[in-house]
Amino acid sequence: MSDQVVSLGGKKRSTFIDKVKELLPEGGNLSLCLTCGACSSGCPATGLDGMDPRKFLRMAALGMDEEIEKSDWPWMCTMCQRCIYVCPMKIDIPQLVFNARALRPREQRPKGILGSCDLALKNPSTSAMGATPEDFAFVVEDVLEEYREAQPEFADMQAPIDKQGAEFFVNQNSREPVTEPDELVPLWKVLHLAGVDWTYGSHGWAGENYCMFLADNDAWEHITRTTANQADKLGCKIFLNTE
Amino acid sequence: MTFSVRAGLKKFNIDYNFEVKNIYEYYAKWIREGKLKVNSDWNKDLQIKFTVQDPCQIVRKSYGDPIAEDLRFVVKTMVGEENFIEMHPNRSNNYCCGGGGGFLQSGYKEQRLEFGKLKDQQIQKTGAAYCIAGCHNCHAQIHELSDHYGAGYHVVHLWTILCLAMGVLGPNEREYLGDDLKEVNVFHPETAM
Repeated sequence: MSDQVVSLGGKKRSTFIDKVKELLPEGGNLSLCLTCGACSSGCPATGLDGMDPRKFLRMAALGMDEEIEKSDWPWMCTMCQRCIYVCPMKIDIPQLVFNARALRPREQRPKGILGSCDLALKNPSTSAMGATPEDFAFVVEDVLEEYREAQPEFADMQAPIDKQGAEFFVNQNSREPVTEPDELVPLWKVLHLAGVDWTYGSHGWAGENYCMFLADNDAWEHITRTTANQADKLGCKIFLNTE
Repeated sequence: MTFSVRAGLKKFNIDYNFEVKNIYEYYAKWIREGKLKVNSDWNKDLQIKFTVQDPCQIVRKSYGDPIAEDLRFVVKTMVGEENFIEMHPNRSNNYCCGGGGGFLQSGYKEQRLEFGKLKDQQIQKTGAAYCIAGCHNCHAQIHELSDHYGAGYHVVHLWTILCLAMGVLGPNEREYLGDDLKEVNVFHPETAM
């Protein structure tokens, strides 16, 4: 046996996985993989683009940063977290995927997600369909008036916007006000019949957040702050997500 | 949506003075408190079968199995216990439908439908005529899966069936109901457009 210690050349270069570990509590457990494959066997994204969650993590562990950056798979993983749920070591592969999305320059990320995020940044509604607070108020008032008249049992039904001191701050996916306004009504009826004191916000009423999917942290933060500030400004006790 | 708000508040250290909740929990609470008079009488003779999608963002990623139980309580009260059929696996162990994470807008349609094949098979196995999807991304994706793979099950929001079960669902609020339910328990049928 040689008495000389074999030393491998130079300092290990910082890789993508190291940077993600620094961002996460407990480093996202990214070094703890037992390679058991439970993640991949129960993942609906396994096989898409020749990839699966275990393979993706192994590639990151091996420092294959270029391949990771080039892969489209991070956009086919929905970050649903089932892999964490079944993982004996609770490895946060979805955070690895989220940060892999961010490796790509913003303007080169998928156009549909990019466009929806940009629309949400255009006005204080934070609607991924670009509806303004005025558009929203117009639709809500118009539909409410129509139904109060057509269905007299609901003549007292409310759908307030910016009601100070309401107990619940309710958000709404843009799809209803923008494309199928009649679908707003069943939710209002439920809230009315339950006797709930609720309000929408003129700012941050839209429930969807494509900036999170785009892995654009600044924009995600902006949207969350807009809606949270509005709920606090109105003094609402419960921020009620409708989805 | 529930997850982006909860995770965003934490990730960006945002100060706030409210609690973040999901409406499933309140639907269940309001039914238990007798505020929402929901029953399944409308489905007693029809015996239309329903299954439910546990949205990843709300169940596994936010509130876990307790909210999945609330969701089941609401669904069983609305459609009748014998008309509710579980997918397997379910609750926190449920499969994602493939509509989340921006997949619907990412442009990878072929891969998205391939991803959703597992969900489609799960639903088909239940034999249910309706899949209740309270999340808009799930709703859109599962709707497309039903068309694409040809099973033809319908996809509905919770609020639609809640109002149907309370007898207050009007004729123009039935966009996602199939022909079997278009004429059932109609509130103010004279207002049909």
